[in-house]
Amino acid sequence: MSLYFLCFILFCVGLYCLLRKRNIIKIIIGLGIIEYSVNMFLILIGYRTNGRAPIFARNQEISNMVDPLPQALCLTTIVIGLSITLLVVGLAVRIYEKYGTFDITKIRRLKG
Amino acid sequence: MELHLILIFMICASIVAVRTKDLISSVIALSAAGLGLCLAFLILKAPNLAMTQLVVEILCVIVLIRGTINKDLPLVKDGRWLFNTVSTLVFIALFLTLIFLVLKELPRFGEPLMRVSGEYIANGFKKTGSANLVSAITLRFRGYDALGEVAILFAAAIGVLAITRRKGRLHDSNDKK
Repeated sequence: MSLYFLCFILFCVGLYCLLRKRNIIKIIIGLGIIEYSVNMFLILIGYRTNGRAPIFARNQEISNMVDPLPQALCLTTIVIGLSITLLVVGLAVRIYEKYGTFDITKIRRLKG
Repeated sequence: MELHLILIFMICASIVAVRTKDLISSVIALSAAGLGLCLAFLILKAPNLAMTQLVVEILCVIVLIRGTINKDLPLVKDGRWLFNTVSTLVFIALFLTLIFLVLKELPRFGEPLMRVSGEYIANGFKKTGSANLVSAITLRFRGYDALGEVAILFAAAIGVLAITRRKGRLHDSNDKK
């Protein structure tokens, strides 16, 4: 249970960064931290004590495996997180080219 | 015990990433947290995820450094500092209370439910012929999920192309210099 709690603390650090910071790059970093904590939490739920990796082997001694389903779905979320990060960084670079700043409170005026 | 250490390391790296004023140091601290996550996946018996996380982490760092290099960081404190901090802390407190309400419904650590994946473990090798159960689930049992993932990746690639390209935008906009 303490592992779950540490995971939620990591989530809270990311949430603080996401809500409080005004720099776009810092907001992206907060998104990344939240993504790490959620992936970690999903894998923690599927872990079995003294289990083995979900790969069959010829001479296996331990028979109980960890849960392979959260691992398979986490693979999807990691790749989707990468694509989200790329998209948001692309947006941030365009915003910097247009407005000359990363500060989200300065991007209010319309231009062009 | 190692997991606790790695998670505490990740929390410290994240706090450093949030608090530093230099953007590139912040990105490097974030990548330290990501590599800690990679190690944690190895300890949690998920080698596929560890490899994927390593590759994705390196790509993320490259892209983020490309985005932040040679850029300034305006550091301003305006009058709404107190309001912003208090509302953020209220949100975090709300989240933590909801978590405490939910926490006892979760399965205990080390004893997963295995209601769906028991079937996969029992019949996975016979039905798919793949020794690696994670790839068997990703590609055979849950193939439509992988299809959706590829669709999202494709949409994101098209989005990045549409956002970052410069050619063609100068011709039809009137405000070019």
